[in-house]
Amino acid sequence: MSSNGFTNPIVKWIDYRLPIFTFMKHSLDEYPTPKNLSYWWNLGSLAGVFLVLQIVTGIILVMHYTPHTTLAFDSIEHIMRDVNYGWLIRYLHSNGASMFFLCVYVHIFRGLYYGSYKAPREILWMLGVIIVVIMMATAFMGYVLPWGQMSFWGATVITNLFSAIPVVGEPIVTWLWGGFTVDNPTLQRFFSLHYLLPFVIVGLVVLHLVALHQHGSNNPLGIDVKGPQDSIPFHPYYTIKDMFGFAVFFVLYFYWVFFNPNYLGHPDNYIQADPLVTPAHIVPEWYLLPFYAILRAVPSKLGGVILMFAAIFILFLLPWLDTSRVRSARFRPIYKQFFWLLVIDSIVLGWIGANPPEGIYIVIGRIATIYYFAHFLIIMPLVGKLERPLPLPESISKAVLKAQPKAAE
Amino acid sequence: MRKTLIALIASAVALPALAASDAKAPMSISWSHLKPFGTFDRAELQRGYQVYKEVCAACHAAKYLAFRNLTEIGFSEAEVKAIAASYQIKDGPNDEGEMFDRPGKPSDRLPSPFANEKAARAANSGAYPPDLSIVVKARHNGANYVYSLLNGYEDAPPNIKLGDGMTYNPYFPGMQIAMPKILNDEQVTYADGTKATIAQMAKDVTAFLSWASEPETEARHALGMKVMIFMLIAIGLLYAAKRRVWAGVEH
Repeated sequence: MSSNGFTNPIVKWIDYRLPIFTFMKHSLDEYPTPKNLSYWWNLGSLAGVFLVLQIVTGIILVMHYTPHTTLAFDSIEHIMRDVNYGWLIRYLHSNGASMFFLCVYVHIFRGLYYGSYKAPREILWMLGVIIVVIMMATAFMGYVLPWGQMSFWGATVITNLFSAIPVVGEPIVTWLWGGFTVDNPTLQRFFSLHYLLPFVIVGLVVLHLVALHQHGSNNPLGIDVKGPQDSIPFHPYYTIKDMFGFAVFFVLYFYWVFFNPNYLGHPDNYIQADPLVTPAHIVPEWYLLPFYAILRAVPSKLGGVILMFAAIFILFLLPWLDTSRVRSARFRPIYKQFFWLLVIDSIVLGWIGANPPEGIYIVIGRIATIYYFAHFLIIMPLVGKLERPLPLPESISKAVLKAQPKAAE
Repeated sequence: MRKTLIALIASAVALPALAASDAKAPMSISWSHLKPFGTFDRAELQRGYQVYKEVCAACHAAKYLAFRNLTEIGFSEAEVKAIAASYQIKDGPNDEGEMFDRPGKPSDRLPSPFANEKAARAANSGAYPPDLSIVVKARHNGANYVYSLLNGYEDAPPNIKLGDGMTYNPYFPGMQIAMPKILNDEQVTYADGTKATIAQMAKDVTAFLSWASEPETEARHALGMKVMIFMLIAIGLLYAAKRRVWAGVEH
């Protein structure tokens, strides 16, 4: 019936009509993957696992949550106290968001280090940037749903950013709110979108994977797979390696969920939203802090908003800003150092975002912001031109075999 | 709107500076329930409930607690029924359309001392006593903060001018709190003979409020321990499986 080598008659019958088994075989069994992927390559599929977890726990939470300003806060406490294992589902969801971002950020920095955005993977990279932008919007709206003080005031600050747009800014903000202040219509539309956007992310992840499978994974050497000796099938080699990585990462996840579930949140969000009382210190969740720091580094509001969005969208241009033809930073001695400076700079920005913009924090925040953009706009193009890269290995398998005796010693 | 945002960001800047710089850092107490896999001390929780009931409940609600929850801190069902029945709960409307009072049942929530926020403010010179069933997780370093606050009343230094009806407390943001010093030695009489010092009552009631904020703590810790043991075994097995699968590959 078909030449795909399936022996089970039911599998054969189905596959002849709907080739899902052929598809699975093609994209797992027969999908050639570089044999030298390190554990840094676990984070992509791990992010996918967290996307699924967020959707599953989210769907369960919605069964008990009430999106209304008078009931939302109480319905969260209802979940925490009266729903069987409601605390578990909610903590898995709230800490899952943090872990999802952690995976994605490490995944992005891995791409930066190994040049995974370079030809022919530019669209793959850009789809990833769109995914992280939508993730941020989703996470922000999710944080509003408990209707605590940080929910309300965070929503107020962030939606107000759009008022910086000349002429149409204020009408846009009114339109976003569904009124003249953050109120019930805002909460309900955020709820609706918070439920919708994850499925948009799923669609984008499918495209991300289609683009990935077109040319296969990049690898730590950054050189192309040149023949069958360089690659191994994804399954079982990387399925098992990924599962081991998941288990290790989940220890961290479960540490938060079971032993420190509110550490990554803010205690003010256990105070019900009160439009008349501004919290002492309005801060977003940790994963948005670097962008918050960039927003506040600029003295002009419009400038801050533009720079904040530019900080993400500049990643779209990366394939063209990086002028080096060598992908992996392993062979780029100068770029490698600037890469780590960027990592430090991002952490500094996060730290600044968590602190009030006053005194020395303003100065550091501005320097870190300028450096962030300088990295992409000045350093990357220049280093690519000026740097002399180390000689690249002939092939993945040659490099792997050369490393072998060393490892045995 | 531009001004609103600037004002918002400015207040986000200015207030914590005030709040953070003047209030004293809370004392650090070793809480049994905050240790890894930690549990509550039932006797302490019950003493704490007594302090809440006899002292705090005069002004503070604990609306997320139901009487039935008290079985979790070691009261028997009969005791919980008796505790609930000692309260009059407003119910209704009945078939005649009238509201009526009836004795409490274990399924009732703890009744609030005031009918609404306005009534609470009116009775407390404008201040609103926060709900205590959630307060520990709604404050930074919650348990230590509440404990320190209750212990922290002292005479105001001469350079501080207190507002009307305010009391000096260095642990409170702004150092002036509308709640007067309410705990005094022997304020309550413990059935188990524990000496009711201020520190003892503060510790007991803070433990009780910690439980009230996060009643799932013990279940969470117990399940967390099982999950972690499972994960360690899974990591071992997966690592062995990974080594086995990759054994034949030169890499």
